[in-house]
Amino acid sequence: MVYRSARHLRIQPESLWFPLDFRELWAFRDLFVILALRDVKLRYKQTLLGVTWVILQPLVASLIFTIIFSRIASLPSDGKPYLLFVYAGMLPWNFFAGCLQRAGNSLISDAKLITKVYFPRVIIPIASSAAVLMDFAVAFVVMVGLLFVYRDEVSVTWNILALPFLLLVVLLLSIGVSLFLSALNVYYRDFMYALPFVVQVWMYASPLVYSASMVPDRWRVIYALNPMSGVIDGFRWALLGMPNFPWLSMSLSILIGCLFFLGGAYTFQRVESRFADVV
Amino acid sequence: MSDIAIRVEHLGKAYQISHEQGRSRYRTLQEEIIGAIKRPFSRSADKRETFWALKDVSFEVKVGEALGIIGRNGAGKSTLLKILSRITRPTTGYADVYGRVGSLLEVGTGFHPELTGRENIYLNGAILGMTRRDIQRRFDEIVAFAEVENFLDTPVKRYSSGMYMRLAFAVAAHLEPEILVVDEVLAVGDAEFQKKCLGKMGDVAKEGRTVLFVSHNMSAIVSLCNRALLLENGRITVDANASQTVSSYLRTGMLDGEFCREVDRPGQKLTIKRVALLRNGQISTTFYTSDTLVVQIEFILRQRLAGAQIAFEFLTMLDECLFSSTNQDVIGDKPVFEAGEYVLCCPIELSIFRPGQYQIKVSSSIPGVEMLDIVEHPVLFDLLDDSSPVLKLGQDRRGLILPVLEWSLSTK
Repeated sequence: MVYRSARHLRIQPESLWFPLDFRELWAFRDLFVILALRDVKLRYKQTLLGVTWVILQPLVASLIFTIIFSRIASLPSDGKPYLLFVYAGMLPWNFFAGCLQRAGNSLISDAKLITKVYFPRVIIPIASSAAVLMDFAVAFVVMVGLLFVYRDEVSVTWNILALPFLLLVVLLLSIGVSLFLSALNVYYRDFMYALPFVVQVWMYASPLVYSASMVPDRWRVIYALNPMSGVIDGFRWALLGMPNFPWLSMSLSILIGCLFFLGGAYTFQRVESRFADVV
Repeated sequence: MSDIAIRVEHLGKAYQISHEQGRSRYRTLQEEIIGAIKRPFSRSADKRETFWALKDVSFEVKVGEALGIIGRNGAGKSTLLKILSRITRPTTGYADVYGRVGSLLEVGTGFHPELTGRENIYLNGAILGMTRRDIQRRFDEIVAFAEVENFLDTPVKRYSSGMYMRLAFAVAAHLEPEILVVDEVLAVGDAEFQKKCLGKMGDVAKEGRTVLFVSHNMSAIVSLCNRALLLENGRITVDANASQTVSSYLRTGMLDGEFCREVDRPGQKLTIKRVALLRNGQISTTFYTSDTLVVQIEFILRQRLAGAQIAFEFLTMLDECLFSSTNQDVIGDKPVFEAGEYVLCCPIELSIFRPGQYQIKVSSSIPGVEMLDIVEHPVLFDLLDDSSPVLKLGQDRRGLILPVLEWSLSTK
């Protein structure tokens, strides 16, 4: 698309590279908000427990992990209560996994829109991710409750002020990977089938149920290449007042997050114009 | 600046058609990988073929002009609109568009059955390119136009189809783009609704906005548009004022009220040559609920054939089959045809159908033995209301058909 003036638009065969058109994205900001709200509203329509599910899912999962990995397998949790330890890690992990699952399929479930009306397609996966952010907010409120319950064992520190920054890193990473997945999913439905499996393997490769300190030193660097390790460690550091900020893994997370975001946006732009013909 | 709203130059759109049976448009990685391995060895065996849905199309539309686009199904009308509304990209050429385009390729795009009327107005409005402020400003107008005041907080899945259509059109009708692109959306709903929609479209055109309008409804084209294009096989064959274009379209016998085909299908025992819809003996695409429509089917037999059945399905535009009928229903058990040409006629009373648009699909077979011929294009017609109870009582109702039944009243 080439704009010659505000009112002029040239529609022509796809060019090889064009950057994200921020002016156009801004013009469609209301659609973004409304689509995200739609996803939030629809998610728990016709369910008995409604929003309670958002609370139950991570809480029950944390309890199960606590029983299996702490009580039975006796994994250490860096001196913090295991439930808090695993829940703090699950906050960013669930957001990441939720984005992959929801945004990954978003273009296909909104195929009817794509074939009938124009708007920047990138709004669809990003709006799905925004809807997952709502779940994160609810789960975070539960985290605050847990911190209150365990107030004798864990004290909140100034580290917590780093949270918005950490959230930004997860957002960058999640949206980047989601853009990749959603775009490729239109062409190859394989991704839809591989995803649950990949998410599960990725979870065990990340320090969710165990502590990063258990990883042998010689594996540290390779281990830190998983961008989610830095994020999970960072969340624990901020919420549970861990002594050492995970500099190595966090810098790698930021770097890899940026790469994923740029790569995802690039891939998306490259294939976007043919969605309507393929989906 | 110039008074041009749209300039289209040598626009073309090609699709890759795969000839492999049962293969979907998207591919699996496995296919892709195997394809990549095979390709160097079997370059010629690639069965994909290029199909030009639109080829070398050029025209201009002036600001404030209402341009009609007509042509058979598959002539490229929808592809053209999809390119102009930026849903798909052209393969060759370009289009310059001056002004904001609002496109209405379907009524109710993005409507979600679980959401309420109010939520859907905002969702649909935003999808069509309105800002939340635009929608807020016109909210009451939209609701009044749709006549759904009392059902705003009801999920639209509980709406009658009439209410649903009214609401969907109402949102779209309150778009305020400089260029409005509309595809065949007025062919749904009852006569009252259609009249309302056409009126609204007329207003839009009169306000000086540019309108591109695709329809099978020739009278709507003539009354709404100053100029019309006729598309045939992806090319513009006529570009003239609306009534001229419509009459040359009717003259070519390519109307959707009729289907004609090259008779030469070598090796086929039976070929359906022509399907026509007749109103008082004339081919027509527009019928009224008080009419009797005659489906006329001409077919040619190359050899003596026993048990050949000619059948048609009567469908809504959503491909819901209302009924089907065959020549064997009355002519009797397994007629034997000698080689030759035949004409079958089947009258249908239209009074029990809802006003709207319908399609008739014709095929022939020897039941349980073999398929003889399938007419690839459905024959379309518009059914307008001049007698239904909906019109008389002014109230909409549910149901796929609308029979008038013999009620009787007596005192007990």
